Amino acid sequence: MTLADLAAVNFDALPFWQGTEAGEFLLARCESCGEAHHYPRALCPFCRSEAIRFSPASGKGAIYSLAVTRTPGKPLRVVAYVTLAEGPTIMTQIVDADEAVAIGDPVRVDFQKHPEGLTAAVFRLARNTN
Amino acid sequence: MSAAYIAGAYEHPTRKADGISVAQLHMQSAAGALADAGLSFDDVDGYFCAGDAPGLGAMSMLEYMNLNVHHVDSTETGGSSYLIHVAHAAQAIAAGKCNVALITLAGRPRAAGLKSAKMPPSPTPDTPFEGLFAPSVVEMYGMVAARHMYEFGTTSEQLAWIKVAASHHAQHNDRAMLRNLVTVEDVVTSPLVAAPLHRLDCCVVSDGGGALVVTSEAVAKSLNRPLVKVRGSGEAVKHPSAGRVDLTTSAGAISGPRAFAEAGVTPADIKYASIYDSFTITVLVALEDLGFCAKGKGGAFVADGNLISGVGRLPFNTDGGGLCNNHPSNRGGMTKVIEAVRQLRGEAHPAVQVPGCDLALAHGTGGSLATRHGSATLILERL
Ligand SMILES: [Zn+2]
Repeated sequence: MTLADLAAVNFDALPFWQGTEAGEFLLARCESCGEAHHYPRALCPFCRSEAIRFSPASGKGAIYSLAVTRTPGKPLRVVAYVTLAEGPTIMTQIVDADEAVAIGDPVRVDFQKHPEGLTAAVFRLARNTN
Repeated sequence: MSAAYIAGAYEHPTRKADGISVAQLHMQSAAGALADAGLSFDDVDGYFCAGDAPGLGAMSMLEYMNLNVHHVDSTETGGSSYLIHVAHAAQAIAAGKCNVALITLAGRPRAAGLKSAKMPPSPTPDTPFEGLFAPSVVEMYGMVAARHMYEFGTTSEQLAWIKVAASHHAQHNDRAMLRNLVTVEDVVTSPLVAAPLHRLDCCVVSDGGGALVVTSEAVAKSLNRPLVKVRGSGEAVKHPSAGRVDLTTSAGAISGPRAFAEAGVTPADIKYASIYDSFTITVLVALEDLGFCAKGKGGAFVADGNLISGVGRLPFNTDGGGLCNNHPSNRGGMTKVIEAVRQLRGEAHPAVQVPGCDLALAHGTGGSLATRHGSATLILERL
């Protein structure tokens, strides 16, 4: 089973993946309690309401934590948690990062097609633009 | 509540199981623990195993061992499962569900050629959200370490002291995979695997297994073994909380205080601690959450040999732990309990035995500290 297969049967989050495919970063928010959450669920993980609506997020955030892997001759690999401007902290990857990449750095969302067919929401350093 | 006792404990001697099946490792471990207790397979009336058991878990292993029991439990919280099994066995014994509970663990990741543990692929809603980035286990724990350093100023040198202490103990264990003493310098100059974690911040990958026998008081007192009583236990699961991620506190902040409260003791009373050590950072976070020091002060607590037996305030993992000795099936909870039992019986290596060790703690952190994990704490007493 590929990740795309898994995403396809996780109906709760389908709008998220359709969004990344279209270059849009959607966040699940509960219309009952107003809280945003991630990963997207059909029932609000805070108040358990089913009134979940996807809406475009700013795509801005800051690095909450990271792990950096350096392989000679290859770009830095940076797995990270990013805290979105809207609140939730999500696991992601920082692409095209430089050696100075650090917790607290402002980042902006970008999209990267995965070989298995899904499009990932990744982030890029945005020290001068956020 | 009537008390339960750990009457048998056995660590499989192998570290590389070429030509030995996982089921065989489980059963050899079971045989060892039962022999240690002075019991036989025919005495077993409760069986506990976790996700490392082959096939259908308890059903497959009960068939393989040709056992008939009337209590089974396959609670799965990764590497901490076996500490929860001890607690659940004690509860089952108190409820009259069984009298002799057998707990087994085994695996052969080395022989199978798995260099490091990968996150298991499982069809859960979170899988694509993490799987797209294929985070390795070291990267996961690296993120915990990075955040701890950021919030509290913890240093790589402080983390290194945890490995140094483990190596001081492992030098006396002739079965340990890494027996050489290492220095702080050795750890921080070893290659960065996923910064800020170095190769020597990581545990070993080993084959093997272990087993425990938990019995009622009546059975325990009928045996010719030291009495190791389960005095308190706690368990908890923590996860990313739908986006409210907090990487510097583990579920141990819940399991630990509950275990201490049930036992009626405090961290200051503990003479020896087995602390799950998949990585150095795993130990640091646990020590804080268990209350051995304040949150954020773990770096200072572990520094300067404070975890070395005979040197520091809190001797830990005197078998060398997962960091140097053994981490069978990438699950370190079983060996944590086993070494705590050795300490309480006075059967640890003389060079690391804690004098008068009558109260010990064993703590596990299973799953991934950076995402969903289960913590379990046991407080064990030598009567
Ligand atoms: Zn809600």
